[in-house]
Amino acid sequence: MPKDGGIGASSKRREDVRFLTGAGNYTDDINIHGQAHVFFLRSDIAHGTITGIDTSAAQGMPGVVKIFTGADFEAVGGMPCGWQVTDKHGAPMQEPRHPILAHGKVRHVGEPIAAVVADTLEQARDAAEAISVEIDELPAVVDMKAAVASDNVKVHDDLTSNLCYDWGFVEENKAATDEAFKKAAHVTTLELVNNRLVANPMEPRVAVGDYARGTDESTLYTTSQNPHVIRLLMGAFVLGIPEHKLRVVAPDVGGGFGTKIFHYQEEAFCTFAAKACNRAVKWTSSRSEAFMSDAHGRDHVTKIELALDAENNFTAVRTETYANMGAYLSTFAPSIPTWLHGTLMAGNYKTPLIYVNVKAVFTNTVPVDAYRGAGRPEATFQLERVIDKAARELGVDPVELRRQNFITEFPYATPVAVEYDTGDYHATMDKVLELSDRAGFAARRAASEAKGKLRGFGINCFIEACGIAPSNLVGQLGARAGLYESATVRVNATGGLVVMTGSHSHGQGHETAFPQVIADMIGIDESMIEVVHGDTANTPMGMGTYGSRSIAVGGSAMVRATEKIIAKAKKIASHLLEASESDIELKDGAFSVAGTDKSVAWGDVTLAAYVPHNYPLEDIEPGLEETAFYDPSNFTYPAGAYTCEVEVDPATGEVSIERFASADDFGNVVNPMIVEGQVHGGIAQGIGQALLENCSYDENGQLLTASYMDYTMPRADNLPQMDHYVVDHSCQTPCTHNPLGVKGCGEAGAIGSPPTVINAIIDALQSGGHRVDHIDMPATPARVWAAMHG
Amino acid sequence: MEMSGSIRIEADRETVWAALLSADVLKDCVPGCQEMAGSPDEGFAATVVQKVGPVKATFKGEVQLEDRVEHESLRLVGDGKGGAAGFAKGSAKVTLSDADGGTQLDYEVDAKVGGKLAQLGSRIIDGFARKMADQFFERFRAAVEGPGEGAEDDTVAEDGDAPKKGWFRSMVSG
Repeated sequence: MPKDGGIGASSKRREDVRFLTGAGNYTDDINIHGQAHVFFLRSDIAHGTITGIDTSAAQGMPGVVKIFTGADFEAVGGMPCGWQVTDKHGAPMQEPRHPILAHGKVRHVGEPIAAVVADTLEQARDAAEAISVEIDELPAVVDMKAAVASDNVKVHDDLTSNLCYDWGFVEENKAATDEAFKKAAHVTTLELVNNRLVANPMEPRVAVGDYARGTDESTLYTTSQNPHVIRLLMGAFVLGIPEHKLRVVAPDVGGGFGTKIFHYQEEAFCTFAAKACNRAVKWTSSRSEAFMSDAHGRDHVTKIELALDAENNFTAVRTETYANMGAYLSTFAPSIPTWLHGTLMAGNYKTPLIYVNVKAVFTNTVPVDAYRGAGRPEATFQLERVIDKAARELGVDPVELRRQNFITEFPYATPVAVEYDTGDYHATMDKVLELSDRAGFAARRAASEAKGKLRGFGINCFIEACGIAPSNLVGQLGARAGLYESATVRVNATGGLVVMTGSHSHGQGHETAFPQVIADMIGIDESMIEVVHGDTANTPMGMGTYGSRSIAVGGSAMVRATEKIIAKAKKIASHLLEASESDIELKDGAFSVAGTDKSVAWGDVTLAAYVPHNYPLEDIEPGLEETAFYDPSNFTYPAGAYTCEVEVDPATGEVSIERFASADDFGNVVNPMIVEGQVHGGIAQGIGQALLENCSYDENGQLLTASYMDYTMPRADNLPQMDHYVVDHSCQTPCTHNPLGVKGCGEAGAIGSPPTVINAIIDALQSGGHRVDHIDMPATPARVWAAMHG
Repeated sequence: MEMSGSIRIEADRETVWAALLSADVLKDCVPGCQEMAGSPDEGFAATVVQKVGPVKATFKGEVQLEDRVEHESLRLVGDGKGGAAGFAKGSAKVTLSDADGGTQLDYEVDAKVGGKLAQLGSRIIDGFARKMADQFFERFRAAVEGPGEGAEDDTVAEDGDAPKKGWFRSMVSG
């Protein structure tokens, strides 16, 4: 029976009422009286020395308030990086200075060189055209292997090379892993590319800086997934504003997919310029600007090897990956190809020896950082592709090869430093095979062949790690932040309550799901609970929303705070009921004395807390408001099995996705409808990566895909019909270490789907007699056709 | 991108060479050229209006004549900044040789674009550059020898600034 409220109910997303009726309040909706607008003059050269910037013609143009160049920011800090990776020799990564506006050199197309603040955006744009910038163009380096092989072109003159770090994981296992390869009965090798992507949230980035001269307080309104992190980074490391004089507000956020985690130059600029001009300064990114200034995602080039013994047991995995950092280190860039990628290389399998090498490389391209999945899709793609290739080489069923190597006992400590608390990989495999009707595939293939199409069945498993934690561990791994979450629960006198959470929502539905949890705990209606988030002025310190952490970490903090509320409310109830506190039970919104019919309603207790006429003032304070910080003891480990069926048109190479099924284990599920929406969306994004999306540069570092004419986003007609687009989360092994038993679902679809699609395409091509082992993403018709024809 | 081609011009090498050094000829032959001033030794300053796919812009830039070997070869090197539209630059190595009483002109063009032109027009830039080169040399041939046989020249039709065919030879031959 579906519940009609609380945990497990598909409560309708209350925030959608305002989103769908035009009543949302996004950053671009914020306009401050007297605000000016900024236009950034961006480099159209990928690499060069700035020999002159002449702003004199622009200075006197209509409406111009002030023009800024790199020289104006010499006294402030550069853009900070939030994670320091240590290389395989124990040395810290190379960390270049990242200026707010380019100074001395430009290092990628789109890097801001000058900023014009004017009364209107049009005036700012016109004046920017009148700025003369002289740049001595230098050769650009775009290819990662070329950037490492030679120092002929150095992105940063003051670094020793273009190599940010050369990371080995686990370095102590390297010799044993190499030895296992020597003894292997079979070794499968695969070289592949994980294509560079641009996140493209529906809402482009916006920043509005404001300054109150009377109180010396700065406010930044910004499209951020984590306003407290922006306040900390920008205040402490860039502009030198103490946190009590700086407020960061991220109102409704229209999608982020990771790209709105990071602290960007435009945010620091608008905050700085508002004070310098004594006037609010607003920037709204155009879509073209977003392509060359939002951090990109993925962009790995990998060689992976899988060693098997004579019984087809996996004995070792060895990888070498080049990971593109772009021209500068974005906020969390160094952690993505390392701690969010290397630690996942065990996948769902009991491979005893794993060695991961990652070379992070500077190139003259836009910085690369986390994008939905962030490291885990890259790990899953290479592992699941090489397993599929091994099954083909060995002539065994790819399902059976996976099953044979599944981890089945939990907790399981992998050779790559993490411990899976729970899981049941056979259960999700069984479920997806049932959902996808694998038994009926032969008949469907025959039907496709009868109409001249090749049909393939792709199988894939994945594991991911959500809610990166605990803080004391990530600190040792180089994180320059804690990774807890916080919540304050404020109960009002009349019984309604407000949850102020450090998590933020950029579309996840927190305003609906979070109240479901508290409603269940107290036994009151969800409508009595309101979520407040996204504003450093009225929420406790928080780390924000990324890495599928909100319900597992933010939700747990909220549970802890609510537990404190309930404990105090029980004290009040015991006073009102003249009973021992230990006998007080809370059920369905009423406190009762066990074994009696004496009870007092939730609302009577909350009223007593604020109108304490009959109240144990000698024991407890009035009021009912509690804060909790929750620092998880481990990641959570959602896992699943996905299948995909494609039809390939051999005449054109066009791929059509006919069926897709997913069986995910997210542990306990708070709102099934929201979870299903997350997975549907994630799979669509993964299908975008697998078939359509690709960010490309030419050899001079010119960005070639900076609009929807050249960068293809997935559309409804690229996805299967809904009755063959099945998402299931009925396999549930609850997380053992958080109070809700939840794991996180935001990224799973984007992690699990790309290899599923490619495995299906390869299966289709092989069925047609084409000896194709691999196709790099996106598997466009041109690439598929070329692979078929050698 | 790189491309090459050749055309045959019914004029002697000296005439063709002189035309290559003429600002007036260059102005009429560069598609979309609004202004061209300067000299072969100092270089020419040029203003060109062009539309590449969705991007229309005024490019201001310079054309230099380099590696001059009289009556034999030279290199036209140019770059133009189009403001928000980005930039274009390129060079054309031109070699002249005798051919049956006329002159054979071989060219090798290397062109680059950057900024918005690359971002929005990359799929069409190769075809565009090919068309620009073809138009330039066809107009050049026409300027030197007179009207061609149905030379395609839609930029001319669009912009209404068709050069007077064969005017250069009629001028130098008096």
